[in-house]
Amino acid sequence: MAVVAAGRVLLLGGRWSAATASGGPSAQTLRLIYTTTAAWRKNIAASGPEKYTEAFIKKQIEEFDLGKRHLANMMGEDPETFTQEDIDRAIAYLFPSGLFDKRARPMMKHPTEIFPEQRKIQWGEDGRPFHFLFYTGKQSYYSLMHETYEKLLNVQKHQDQLAAQGISPQKEKKNLVGSRWVTKTELEGMLLEKLSDDDYSRFIRLLEKLMTLPCSDIEENYIKKFSKEIAVQLQKVSVEPLKYDEQGVAFSTGEGVRKTSRATAVVYGSGTGKITVNGIDVLHYFPVLQDREQLLFPFQFLDRIGKHDTTCTVSGGGRSSQAGAIRLATAKALRSFVTEKEVEFMRQAGLLTVDPRVRERKKPGQEGARRKFTWKKR
Amino acid sequence: PPDLEDKLLTEPLRHPDFFNVKELFSLKDLFDARVHLGHKKGCRHQFMEPYIFGCRLDQDIIDLDQTMQHLQLALNFTAHVAYRKGIILFVSRNRQFCHLVESTARECGEYAHTRYWQGGLLTNAHIQFGPGIRLPDLLIFLSSLNNVFEPHVAIRDAAKMNIPTVGVVDTNCNPCLITYPIPGNDDSPTSMELYCKLFKMTIIRAKNKRKQIEVFQDLQSQEKHDTSRPVLAEGQA
Repeated sequence: MAVVAAGRVLLLGGRWSAATASGGPSAQTLRLIYTTTAAWRKNIAASGPEKYTEAFIKKQIEEFDLGKRHLANMMGEDPETFTQEDIDRAIAYLFPSGLFDKRARPMMKHPTEIFPEQRKIQWGEDGRPFHFLFYTGKQSYYSLMHETYEKLLNVQKHQDQLAAQGISPQKEKKNLVGSRWVTKTELEGMLLEKLSDDDYSRFIRLLEKLMTLPCSDIEENYIKKFSKEIAVQLQKVSVEPLKYDEQGVAFSTGEGVRKTSRATAVVYGSGTGKITVNGIDVLHYFPVLQDREQLLFPFQFLDRIGKHDTTCTVSGGGRSSQAGAIRLATAKALRSFVTEKEVEFMRQAGLLTVDPRVRERKKPGQEGARRKFTWKKR
Repeated sequence: PPDLEDKLLTEPLRHPDFFNVKELFSLKDLFDARVHLGHKKGCRHQFMEPYIFGCRLDQDIIDLDQTMQHLQLALNFTAHVAYRKGIILFVSRNRQFCHLVESTARECGEYAHTRYWQGGLLTNAHIQFGPGIRLPDLLIFLSSLNNVFEPHVAIRDAAKMNIPTVGVVDTNCNPCLITYPIPGNDDSPTSMELYCKLFKMTIIRAKNKRKQIEVFQDLQSQEKHDTSRPVLAEGQA
């Protein structure tokens, strides 16, 4: 309850302000405008993410350098020649962490790597912005478009000049396989600005248009800034040549994996089709027919059943997976004895592919990897 | 000294054409740049009828005498704004001349916006850009329609924010909210190049004049200081 005398206003709780009604010599009517504390609290959420001031980052860099010297002293090393790798090793030693995610473990890096790069204030003391496209909102993106369009006009002008002289420009076909354009995130990183998908596609279309012009070689340096090379994956796996042991017998080795088994096989050129596993004959090591069939499959496929002798070592896994590992190892070893065409046949038959199937883990809340607990209606 | 600053700012306002913008263009230049050509009769806007000289084979012809007067007023106004170090923003949504307008703005040292206009640019500037931003003091429209042939949003926004506007209005445009309309063609390359050239020359001229007068005043005040000191010494001695 507020007692308001003529002309005086009492401040209670929230903000009260009085406005006198205009005109009228009669008793002053005071209009009370009441606002709550919540209303004049600043809407911080609307102001965007917290910006780091230059002074703050500078201080962080000083602290980092000081900390680096302290760390070097603690480890007993020279503070002058203490590199980032030494820092990482020291931190891993002093603060051992069993956390799975590498990013969750304690780290000490230069502030420029931790705090994301930001835009500084865009205008000077008199209020005039520095960039001529500031008022568009996306100044770096639009200035990039402006520059690219200028290069396009340049190329067209050059083309017209050549056409006036009567020379028709020849375009050499460039190998486009090994290169790709920058992705949207990479471009955002280059411009320090958010882009929309439309903007990005527009920019890429402009670059493609520039590239397809005949005389675009003039602006090659500019285009190269936005194209990245893809590492061309090796298509061919080179086949190892045959090796010869002391008696002059040709042999070749191969390695194979299946689930948790690891096997190495040595296949000799001349032989009677004997297979020895871990020093034990195959009949004794693999009593089950299915496993021995797996071992024989590569030879059967190449029609060389009685021609090669094999010695293998295998460890880990169970009966079936050991058989599969030896099969892969022998197939790899046989590549050296066989023509390229047959290697291709083997690959297509699936003899040379590592079987990627591994045991799936059991999940909590379920009986097994996939089996759920019995569902009860009530 | 405040009286010198006062003189700096009030002196140009005493003359009707302090920067002599009349000599930058002539009727023949406008005619050669095809500024008088308008759109067809069907596209005519009702409020543009006073500025139209006539109609020939269904195509409207703009009255170049009126254009001359309006152009002189507009150029004079931009020169005064540039003299007082105002921010000038060139706006044009015509894709054909986007690059030309941006290059003109860059060469003058002023600003341009020939791209998609985000709604709250002028009216919501403090939230879009940040606190402490300075809005443009003059908007120059080199084409007052946007890509769907409707009046550009910036005309209405500038009127809301009390920012004066200069604009080239063609026969299909609405000249109502523009403070200094310039009836003329906004579709031919020659006419656009002429406008860009004229605005660039006026702005550069105005800025140079300002620098000149400031340097002159600095020299004057330095001379006063030099002449006043020996007088004091004599008085004290």
